[in-house]
Amino acid sequence: MDMNKDLVAASATPLVLAILAEGDSYGYAIIKRVAELSGGHLHWTDGMLYPVLHRLERQGLVAAKWSASENGRRRKYYRITREGRAQLAAQRQQWQVVDGTLRGIWMKACTA
Amino acid sequence: MTTFFDRPLEEQIAQWRAYVRGRQALHDPDVEELEGHLRDQLVALTEAGLAGDEAFLVAVKRMGSLDALSREFARVHSERLWKQLVIAPDAPNESANSAHAETLVVLILAVAAAIAIKVPALFGLRLGGGDEAFYARNASLFVLPLLTVYFVWKRGSDVVSGLCLALPFAAGAVFANVFPFRKGSDTEVLSALHLPIALWLAVGFAYVRSRWFADGGRMNFVRFSGELIIYYVLIALGGGVLTGFTLMMFKAIEMNAQWLAQGWLIPCGAMGAVIIGSWLVEAKQSVIENMAPVLTRLFTPLFTVLLLVFLATMAWTGSPINVEREVLIGFDLLLVLVVGLVLYAASARDPQAPPNFFDGLQLLLVVDGVALAAVAARISEFGFTPNRVAALGENLILLVNLAWSAWLYARFLRHRGSFAALERWQIAYLPVYSVWAALVVVMFPPVFGYR
Repeated sequence: MDMNKDLVAASATPLVLAILAEGDSYGYAIIKRVAELSGGHLHWTDGMLYPVLHRLERQGLVAAKWSASENGRRRKYYRITREGRAQLAAQRQQWQVVDGTLRGIWMKACTA
Repeated sequence: MTTFFDRPLEEQIAQWRAYVRGRQALHDPDVEELEGHLRDQLVALTEAGLAGDEAFLVAVKRMGSLDALSREFARVHSERLWKQLVIAPDAPNESANSAHAETLVVLILAVAAAIAIKVPALFGLRLGGGDEAFYARNASLFVLPLLTVYFVWKRGSDVVSGLCLALPFAAGAVFANVFPFRKGSDTEVLSALHLPIALWLAVGFAYVRSRWFADGGRMNFVRFSGELIIYYVLIALGGGVLTGFTLMMFKAIEMNAQWLAQGWLIPCGAMGAVIIGSWLVEAKQSVIENMAPVLTRLFTPLFTVLLLVFLATMAWTGSPINVEREVLIGFDLLLVLVVGLVLYAASARDPQAPPNFFDGLQLLLVVDGVALAAVAARISEFGFTPNRVAALGENLILLVNLAWSAWLYARFLRHRGSFAALERWQIAYLPVYSVWAALVVVMFPPVFGYR
């Protein structure tokens, strides 16, 4: 399934924040987690995750730290901040409204 | 350790790294982060059974187009190449205004600004003929609307938003001219000084167009303003030399060219230079790359030392500052300078970088500023003259800004907060200056009886 580009872009922030709310992580692992969660339907160009992460860092929603990884190289780990959690809660409500509305109209279409 | 024993693969990775490093928008840590990703991907792919070079192809393909990537990076880190970002259209096929058309528009607007300042002379208001007050009150109105027109044209804004931007200028023209100021009154001087600050906000709206609340929009305007001041000073220096030579040469053939210099060269040049300077900042970015932050770095230590020594001397001798209104205004200007140093240090700083020595220095400077603002607020007795109220108001506005900045800097240095918070605070505070300036222009003259 080819997803609409705007939709993918709009869902990036809540997705990244939600994954980081599960625990600290780094770019490659986040992408893998997205693929896993969406059953491979939500596909990002790998590189594009990093500007998103940097924007969130800039907005203070996530914090980053360089530390050693299991393979001996430096790796940049991201952690969700308090503001990030608040933002995630807000986005969650918004998405639920969208989801609920669409569900409502599609249910009606099914039963009609 | 994921160093690949496959030599050719390591070489390919090295080539890729060098290629990515060539991008201006990507800094070394970003490249390192991306390379880490590429290596993780390669490990997974080779484990899945792909050969080294196959895995490399797939991994690089999945990374996506490097052009799109560096554009996204530039969007997030706008301080890295803000001017290129402002100028370069999103897609190459979207060349809205050609360079030729732009040069023409700029020249027309600059000439229009030069003519605008001479128009009142047609109605008998002559510069150097006792009508200087009129020119002082209206100085910004001759050129800032034209500068706004330039940005409206350049950003391709629609007519409606262009007309909305005309409103503040119309209001400015009304408030600068309807009040029956007494000759040489304080409120008139205050109005002349504050109107440009108030109107600069309108220019800012035209500059950032719809991106006022978007990432980096206002910070880009701050950067633009700083560079414009520097270009303007440089142009003014050149203009001074030109004027000097004009006077000297005509004097050599026994002619007095003073009317030419004072009536035409200086006023017309001063107006046109605003447009030309803005255009230079927008277009000729590589000539002087971001001078404002460089000057900030240079002068922050010096001003920190100056303020420290001054405050220490004052505390040591216990001598009270003489309460002259000029002194108070002078202190306000010093505080403006401190805020400017903070602002331009923030504009060029990578918000993700950890605190360093320079940040400590900045905090020291800000704390000095707070102390100075507090001292200045205390020494001024509450006389109710327009000058004093204006100076006190400005003092208070700057004190609030600096005090909160100091708090945010301290948090940042103790790793309790991010630098982005400080940047956001400075940015959010910008309209306060213009709103206060507008208040001074609109409210002060009637409140103080046009004194």
